Amino acid sequence: MSLSAVVWLVLGAAYFVIPLVATFLFSLKSNQTGKCCTAANYGWVIHNGGFWHSVKISFLLALETIVISLLIFVPTIYWVHLKLPRLRPVIAFLALIPFVVPPIVMVVGLLQVFKSSPHWFYAQPWGFLSAAYVILAFPYMFFSLDAGFRAIDVHTLTEASQSLGARWTTTLVKVILPNIRSAALAASFLTLAIVMGEFTIANLSAFHTFPIFIQLVNETQGFPAAALTLLSFGITWAAMLALLVVGRKRGARSAVVAGAR
Amino acid sequence: MPFFAYTVAFLFLPAGAILVGAFEGKTSGWTLSNVRLLFHHPYIDAYKTSIEISLVTALVGGVAGLFIAYAALRDGTPGWVRSVFTTFSGVAANFGGIPLAFAFIATAGPLGIVTVFLRNHGFDPSAHGFNLFSKTGVELAYLYFQLPLMILVISPAIDGLRREWREAAANLGAKQWQFWWHVGLPVLMPSILGATILLFGNAFAAYATAYSLTSGTVNIVPILIGAYYSGNVLDNPHLAQAMAFGMFVVLAVMMVLYVPLQRRAARWAK
Repeated sequence: MSLSAVVWLVLGAAYFVIPLVATFLFSLKSNQTGKCCTAANYGWVIHNGGFWHSVKISFLLALETIVISLLIFVPTIYWVHLKLPRLRPVIAFLALIPFVVPPIVMVVGLLQVFKSSPHWFYAQPWGFLSAAYVILAFPYMFFSLDAGFRAIDVHTLTEASQSLGARWTTTLVKVILPNIRSAALAASFLTLAIVMGEFTIANLSAFHTFPIFIQLVNETQGFPAAALTLLSFGITWAAMLALLVVGRKRGARSAVVAGAR
Repeated sequence: MPFFAYTVAFLFLPAGAILVGAFEGKTSGWTLSNVRLLFHHPYIDAYKTSIEISLVTALVGGVAGLFIAYAALRDGTPGWVRSVFTTFSGVAANFGGIPLAFAFIATAGPLGIVTVFLRNHGFDPSAHGFNLFSKTGVELAYLYFQLPLMILVISPAIDGLRREWREAAANLGAKQWQFWWHVGLPVLMPSILGATILLFGNAFAAYATAYSLTSGTVNIVPILIGAYYSGNVLDNPHLAQAMAFGMFVVLAVMMVLYVPLQRRAARWAK
């Protein structure tokens, strides 16, 4: 290796690693004395009701978002691959829009449109927020699933299934779905990572999700916030590593850019 | 298809609401006053700061990311270094928002590990004008997701640089810089331009990191918009819509600038 390559790699690695190490060191300091080393901050997090409450909200939101997105996208992409391949660029374009539009712009529009919608939708995270998150998940869902569908022979599988007398719902659930499982999983993990970290839309529409809880602790409790930050890293990283494992063969890595910032 | 219904309800209707709302008056009627207001203090300053932060982090992140990616991918670098960097970039590009802001407070904040270390060794960053809770601090934190994004996006292009080209250039007596100036950079240029635009948009749209790091005090457009909703100053929602509209215009202008540049950069390939 040449010297300049080593220098760049060391600089890059230092820039990436130092903030993580610093957060870790912070998380070991006592909140009362500021001295090292104690695990009390982790205890504080684990025994905090607000932590579990907000994690639960965010996790359920992620599940809801994943289910709705899969219900929307799997049949759509299946149909497009099977019958309407000419429509594929249109769908791709529409699915890419949320990638270009900043979430802050999106939420301004959504709040304006739905501010007078029924209470069960507008005032509930399960309504308004998950609807917005499905939009955020669009690009990741589309590109993951589209790659998955392209890797299988949709026509042959469908014909084989139908010639054996299966209805199209049976075909979709029992034949197609198992074949695109890894693509669907990859899309789901990405969506999970996005929803667990999304702050902008939740903050502007005033819902108490996990990132909102972290921000609240950041403002009030320095050292427990470090422990919380590391836990939150852990969640994102677990989701992303799971994605890399399931997506290894299908090139799902192409779409690995999410919107938590 | 439900897909199209969903797109209309949650994508086109909100977009339309912004387009219409930006030109609506506080009480009723059409007006340009919201958009005109964007050219005055403090709104115009927010756009300037937003664009500046995005440009700086896109350029610094782009150049440094390019060098790091090349160092990680070039011949002679062990395979495990390569896979560590690409895997880590995949994770770190997704990393942002509130946790990222805290990680930088723990690193370079007033009590941060690096700050304390430097101070103990006779160098006080704050005495030299460094303040994490400022524009510079926001730029420093943004690079944490900009660099890995650049590495991710540019890696395929770097992999496309053939070793034969280097060898052929070397055989013809070209020096290192001559290879880069005449072959390497022109080949990479379309990808570099595209990646830089992506980085610009990425930083321009960011909200959570800057909000958490500076407690909402840095004057950038997303934070200004956010203040209209999370605070109680929502006297004119149309102003927030006009600001959102303005963000869209900036991004559109970037795309318009990008297309001819891209075409020019890719001309040799035809």
